[in-house]
Amino acid sequence: MTNIVSLLQAAIVFGTVILFGATGEILTEKSGNLNLGVPGIMYLGGIAGLVASFFYEKGNPNPNVFVSVFISFIASFAAAFVGGLIFSFLTISLRANQNVTGLTLTIFGGGVANFFGGSLNKLAGGVGQISVATASGGYRATTPLASLGAVGEVLFDHGFLTYVAIAVAVLVQLFLDRTRAGLNLRAVGENPGTADSAGINVTKNKYLATCIGAGISGIGGLFYVMDYTKGTWANDGTIEGLGWLAVALVIFATWKCVNAIWGAYLFGLLSWMYFYVPGLTRSSQEIFKMLPYLVTIAVLIVVSLRNKKENQPPASLGLAYFREER
Amino acid sequence: MGTEAAVQMKGITKCFGATVANNNVDFELKHGEILSLLGENGSGKTTLMNMLAGIYYPDEGQIFVNGREVSITSPKDAFNLGIGMIHQHYKLVDVFTAAENIILGLEEKGGLDRRAVSAKVKEIADRYGFDIDPNQKIYEMSVSQKQTVEIVKVLYRGAEILILDEPTAVLTPQETDKLFKVMKNMKADGKALIIITHKLNEVMAVSDRVAVLRKGVYIGDVPTKDTDPQKLTDMMVGHAVTLNIDRPQYDKPQERIEVQHLTVKDAEGVSRLKDVSFNAVGGEILGVAGISGSGQKQLLEAIAGLQPAEPGSRILFKDEGGKEHELLGKDPLSIAKLGVALSFVPEDRLGMGLVGNMDLTDNMLLRSYLTGRSIFADRKKPKELAQKVVDELEVVTPNLQTPVRKLSGGNVQKVLVGREISMNPTVLMSAYAVRGLDINTSYAIYNLMTEQKMKGVAVIYVGEDLDVLLELCDRILVLCDGEVSGIVDARTATKDGIGLMMTQNQNKEKEGQS
Amino acid sequence: MSANKETRREPFVRISKRTSISRGKAWGIRGIALLLALIVAGLVIFAIVRLNPVFVYGAMWEGAFGTKTRAWATVRDAMLMLCIAVGLAPAFKMKFWNIGAEGQILVGGISTAFCMIYFKTGMSPFLLFIVMIVTSAICGAVWGLIPGIFKARWNTNETLFTLMMNYVAIQLTSYSVAKWENPPGSNSVGIINQTTKVGWFPTIFGQQYLLNVIIVMILTVAMFIYLKYSKQGYEISVVGDSENTARYAGINVRKVYVRTMALSGAICGLAGFLAVSGASHTISTSSAGGRGFTAIIVAWLAKFNTFTMILISFLLIFLEKGATEIASRYNLNDYASEIITGIILFFILGSEFFINYDVKFRGRGRKGAEKND
Repeated sequence: MTNIVSLLQAAIVFGTVILFGATGEILTEKSGNLNLGVPGIMYLGGIAGLVASFFYEKGNPNPNVFVSVFISFIASFAAAFVGGLIFSFLTISLRANQNVTGLTLTIFGGGVANFFGGSLNKLAGGVGQISVATASGGYRATTPLASLGAVGEVLFDHGFLTYVAIAVAVLVQLFLDRTRAGLNLRAVGENPGTADSAGINVTKNKYLATCIGAGISGIGGLFYVMDYTKGTWANDGTIEGLGWLAVALVIFATWKCVNAIWGAYLFGLLSWMYFYVPGLTRSSQEIFKMLPYLVTIAVLIVVSLRNKKENQPPASLGLAYFREER
Repeated sequence: MGTEAAVQMKGITKCFGATVANNNVDFELKHGEILSLLGENGSGKTTLMNMLAGIYYPDEGQIFVNGREVSITSPKDAFNLGIGMIHQHYKLVDVFTAAENIILGLEEKGGLDRRAVSAKVKEIADRYGFDIDPNQKIYEMSVSQKQTVEIVKVLYRGAEILILDEPTAVLTPQETDKLFKVMKNMKADGKALIIITHKLNEVMAVSDRVAVLRKGVYIGDVPTKDTDPQKLTDMMVGHAVTLNIDRPQYDKPQERIEVQHLTVKDAEGVSRLKDVSFNAVGGEILGVAGISGSGQKQLLEAIAGLQPAEPGSRILFKDEGGKEHELLGKDPLSIAKLGVALSFVPEDRLGMGLVGNMDLTDNMLLRSYLTGRSIFADRKKPKELAQKVVDELEVVTPNLQTPVRKLSGGNVQKVLVGREISMNPTVLMSAYAVRGLDINTSYAIYNLMTEQKMKGVAVIYVGEDLDVLLELCDRILVLCDGEVSGIVDARTATKDGIGLMMTQNQNKEKEGQS
Repeated sequence: MSANKETRREPFVRISKRTSISRGKAWGIRGIALLLALIVAGLVIFAIVRLNPVFVYGAMWEGAFGTKTRAWATVRDAMLMLCIAVGLAPAFKMKFWNIGAEGQILVGGISTAFCMIYFKTGMSPFLLFIVMIVTSAICGAVWGLIPGIFKARWNTNETLFTLMMNYVAIQLTSYSVAKWENPPGSNSVGIINQTTKVGWFPTIFGQQYLLNVIIVMILTVAMFIYLKYSKQGYEISVVGDSENTARYAGINVRKVYVRTMALSGAICGLAGFLAVSGASHTISTSSAGGRGFTAIIVAWLAKFNTFTMILISFLLIFLEKGATEIASRYNLNDYASEIITGIILFFILGSEFFINYDVKFRGRGRKGAEKND
């Protein structure tokens, strides 16, 4: 029983990181931009939040929880937004190849984050010594509901961002489905020529979706740093792995945030499953960890086989738009 | 709306590079009328209308809407003036519903209330007699339903002036009738409509007035009730022009290709060719005439092994010994392996016949790269060939290393034709070989075709200029809506006769009457 | 008024596709981009370490080529990067987005490590060498073939498929590491055959890494010839340019997809062999170390010309080595190199726009046509 509870808890933590990443990427991809820089963006979001809290709490003998949480949140979103802006400028305005730009952004983001993370570790006196206890505590604070037995532990023993992730996913889905702006955005991703001729500003839509999407993805990195590693930094590449899983989840969810919610927890579960399946040796655990990727490959194949229009990627995904080439 | 015209265009001129698409055109559309804008392919009809729709901007001239001079620089400007154009290529998002496509980009107040939109769409549909389900996805729709969405989209935006660019090209006769009914309903509601077309029977059936363009020049307009297809054809094609193309006779003709009951459907299941039968003879140029999109592309591609056909179709090749080979179901490589020397100059020169990013030598290699046992491609002969083509056909290029996409249209065509002829074909097919070429280059191409014919090659020449077809070819096959409406002797046929066959299928007319 | 009507609403910046650009001008633009990138990267370095950037670049040069050992390490790493980029070239020339080099390298590395561990006795060094080459190439080829076949048959998205294959390979590596760990409990394979050096690249003319250079140079030249002069290379170019034209010319497009991906994967698998047998003599999940991704950028920027790839590989490895040197000198960490690499790549990527497009600014602020409401 405790095993199952802790498995589900762990699944929800990783699931939340992936969900933020995937929700942001869905918004981005709906505008026709395939941003393979998600891991880099999550790195940027994570490190920016950590650095902001670190310096606030270092310079302040009695740091305020709300202030620390607030500034790290803003810093995280802003840094990821800037990552999205770099990608947008290169791919939308300068029409650089999206895949190559995204990969470069992942290298860049990883470099920035691990550089500053490493420096921060040194500054703080060693790995695991960074102290942003106040902010981390704020992110990890739970409600009394968490003590309601096993159910409470699974459903309520999480920091507030866990619930924000679900809310953001639902909101993004509502935005895409139920608003005129969302409709226009999807039109841009499907057929920019048609959107353009209907008077929709293609460039503006792409920029906004990509930058805001990046901001949302970045919060995934923040959650990882503040909740999972409790406000410390480790250069172990986990964020990158989760970032790629977020990209995979977008396909798995067939570009729908609602599917991404349960898909994220499923991915979290699959990521941790090896830990709880009895009788696994250390080596066979590793085979078990392939599951999320194998499942994504299977989904990718099924999607291409079934050819159902609703489950396909936005029709112009990955392509630059240049009006005079119509 | 007062007494002034809904639209008036004065002295409109529009050029694309050296080509004059519209030359000093005066044009008028009255309120509450359906006007047919008639003309051959390339006569400048669509260009003229695109200037009303905000796609192009005129080089010279003025446009008045409801008597007021306007400047239309974008589709949005056109919407604001109540002008809506339904283009030949629909601008719809496939995965959206009809209603979603209709309101796309509109800045209406309030949120996205799908029910209200559907209600408004239904209301428009009922008023004019459209058959439309607002909640149906575009990809589930037939071509005619998609067209309906486009028209409703324009009406939803409050258009008073509607322009339909060849709306019937993709419709069945029943769907066409329905469209005409709807158009008349819209007219009764006070809207002004322009239908761009080259089908005379439709002109007669739906319009109040006909305006004719020929080679970018406004020929004139007549009330429909005062004219007939014969007079309109005269206005549209003009008088026959003598071109003085040499047409020698070959003395040992031999049948090469026999096409039997060829039926081809496209990906959407629409028939592009219906029961087409004919033969092509060595030592003869068989012209193929028809409005563009009548199945010419599918016909040539089917012979070339690039187009699957419906069961029951046959395409036979007859070799020197009179032995027959079935070509259908084979790809270009297996056709070549049969020993059939088939040369093909496709319509899409850079998208199919040539590789745009490669230089002249490498493009010469395209048909011959497999020759020889070596794993390396032999570029020596292609290079010589490239030089020969450049010299003989006077291709203007800086050197042989220039990517062909950087050459001008005429030079690209010479490279392509030069390569195909160099293969010593038994059958030579070409689609719109002189499109976009100047007069001298065109004559060079005609001479090449005739030269091939005199070598005993069976030449199939798809063209659009009837004067050329009449002087160049030996026989002319006329396609109308994917069907053969007749095969005539080019030496005795008349331009008017072919024009009529292109626009109305004689066989079908008879069926309709009996 | 009618004169006013003539004026069009002209946008502030007008962009049009260039029809042609001279080679000199194109390289000039790239040179300016590189210079700008170095300036920006210099500013970043200055902001962090407060040192004269020129001095810092000098230190970087020291780090990459300062001693013989360092120079050879730089050469070794550049060769590995080049090998991967050479492997990616045919796939990208065909416009097939093989993001899966990382995984293809790893499976090649795993098979090499397998051979080194299990065939350390009973096989002549030469035979072992051949076996390692063949198995690593086959493993890489299979890893590339799987997405290739699905792309050819069902048009399955290859970008995401190959990306996922990377992670499957990473887990396979973790599995192998756990199986072969030495000493037990260390969670690493350690240096394989450290004392016997079985399956290690031999020292040639006293140089430990000369064989790496020889192998990769052979591959580079061979790939250049293959792409430029062979019939198959020609088919790849045609398919990459237009599938329609390929069909018109009688090329079996599916076959070309599958064949080319097998080749691409095989060479990336060989890179794994190079990394394990020729460099690190161990296998871990970081054996590919992101090079599979960086090499994509190398191949892309070189426009699939394998000789240009030599230059770019050296540039990137130089940055990596140089930044590592700075990091250790000024007590920073090595990730600085990834930041600099990122900045430089951003600039080079952006510069392509100015090569492909002509940008004209509106001469004078002409007012757009007023609507007479």
